[in-house]
Amino acid sequence: MLKVKNVNKIFNEATADEKIALNDIDLLLAPGDFVTIIGSNGAGKSTLMSTISGALTPDIGDISINEKIVTKLPEYKRSKYIGRVFQDPMAGTAPNMTIEENLAIAYSRKKNRGLRNAINRRRKDFFIESLQMLGLNLESRLSAKVGLLSGGERQALSLLMATFTKPDILLLDEHTAALDPSRAEIITNLTKNLVAKDQLTTLMVTHNMQQALDLGNRLIMMDKGQIILEVGPDKKPYLTIDDLMSEFQRIRGEKMVSDRALLS
Amino acid sequence: MFVAIFGSVEQGIIYAIMALGVYLTFRVLDFPDLTVDGSFVTGGATAATMITLGYNPFIATLCALIAGFIAGSITGILHTKAKINALLAGILMMIALYSINLRIMGATSETSIGRPTIPLSNADTVFKSVAAFWQKLGIDDSINNMLRSMGVQMVPNTWGTIFIMIIVTIFIKFAADWFLKTEQGLAIRATGDNSKMIRSFSANTDTLIIIGLGISNALVALSGALIAQYSRFADIQTGTGMIVSGLASVIIGEAIFGTKSVARTTLAVVCGAVIYRIVIALALQIKLFDTGDLKVLTAIIVIIALVVPNLIEKRKEKKRRARRRMMRYQQLTSAKKDGEFIA
Repeated sequence: MLKVKNVNKIFNEATADEKIALNDIDLLLAPGDFVTIIGSNGAGKSTLMSTISGALTPDIGDISINEKIVTKLPEYKRSKYIGRVFQDPMAGTAPNMTIEENLAIAYSRKKNRGLRNAINRRRKDFFIESLQMLGLNLESRLSAKVGLLSGGERQALSLLMATFTKPDILLLDEHTAALDPSRAEIITNLTKNLVAKDQLTTLMVTHNMQQALDLGNRLIMMDKGQIILEVGPDKKPYLTIDDLMSEFQRIRGEKMVSDRALLS
Repeated sequence: MFVAIFGSVEQGIIYAIMALGVYLTFRVLDFPDLTVDGSFVTGGATAATMITLGYNPFIATLCALIAGFIAGSITGILHTKAKINALLAGILMMIALYSINLRIMGATSETSIGRPTIPLSNADTVFKSVAAFWQKLGIDDSINNMLRSMGVQMVPNTWGTIFIMIIVTIFIKFAADWFLKTEQGLAIRATGDNSKMIRSFSANTDTLIIIGLGISNALVALSGALIAQYSRFADIQTGTGMIVSGLASVIIGEAIFGTKSVARTTLAVVCGAVIYRIVIALALQIKLFDTGDLKVLTAIIVIIALVVPNLIEKRKEKKRRARRRMMRYQQLTSAKKDGEFIA
């Protein structure tokens, strides 16, 4: 489904600030795979996400979706296949437009946008039906402006908008990190359900080790632009936080340095 | 007085089309587009030139609209493809259009070099055709007789222009409302609201900005073409400060009528344009002012319209806070009394 082959990305090449963000990354996701990525700050998790989504172009290497190489495809064309939820709850929705208008924008993702009415009876029913899955009573506020919603509600809406057109790849970039613990838990559960419902091929970055263990069938640990640990579906269910910490220490010969990773 | 105000309402309705164009860029796309000063004249120049060369005024007006679309699109291309700052892209296009407009109007002179003014005193215009049709209906006399019986001495020559312009402008308003609800329209609105978001839903923001600027300037040029035919001349100077008066209309309208929905806002913009023209006409009635003072008056109106709503909001907030404090105080004192009572 998603193939990341030999991808390298270097920032500020040939200057004093040169930083190898991605160092020969190889990654293969089968249809229905749900991979969680953990790693300390600056490990290259977000850079990897941006290279897959098309916000960044790799210096070397190729990205392919459904056997089709998309390395050169601009971000907006690639987003036909990719659903994304960002860390910032404000980033995924248009605040001055209504809930149904936001959903209509997401609904046209795979279509060519034309001069049809964006909202009609049939679509509205579909929106209401989809919103009911969130359990936040947003279906009764279809014509409320999204800017009036709380951060958690906006993130839930973003998640729905990213998933309800069944994208080939779903990218979740620390999408619960900016929420308080109780809302983060709601979004985490929602993620589990929505991904399971359509068997979406998902890549999720998180700082929260517990979340990385709870969700998904595979786990990847990154450090300094490399994948240093891969845990497959056979072993992941038995993995604990202690395992991850000691694995990291064994491989790198040093303690894991991320306050947020330790605290969470 | 009545005729002066009547004239400004007529003009206001025509200028409302330009204000809708300004609304599309400034508010919907969040793009401060200064092309308007140039494209307004482009519309007038194209229409006047073609009419003088003997084309049908309706075709000339349509061509003006297309010319405006092209001008706006170029500003959009300068911004999105050449990565020039939005304000600068508009200013560059505005300056370039000054010369281009002179050249367009120059097509009517034998030398084909620039020409700053084209009079249309005896030429066919869309309004002339409409007036001829209107005359046959014979509505003017009955309205004017009614007005005379109400004691109005000076009556306008024809009601045809105002009726037709209301129909045209309202039609454009509804067309804009409809467009902004289509899939393309939603994408354009989202581009101005959250461009990162709309890119992640497979929309090409570059194309949307170019289309949006094109449509906006097409409306501005249409307004310019109609104003030229209304006032019976096209002049290179008419565009100066057009963007500010467009913005004034948008801000005045929004401040008075609100921005609850798209349809409400476009209506506000249309009304704002008419109100703006009436205010200007009334201000010019004061002996103190000369037509040359128009620009400074416009600037002052915009400043007032920007500042006053904020002041009102602040004052309301102050009152609300005072009331809350009062209620808090009352609760406290009553609690204290209760306490004393129990004690």
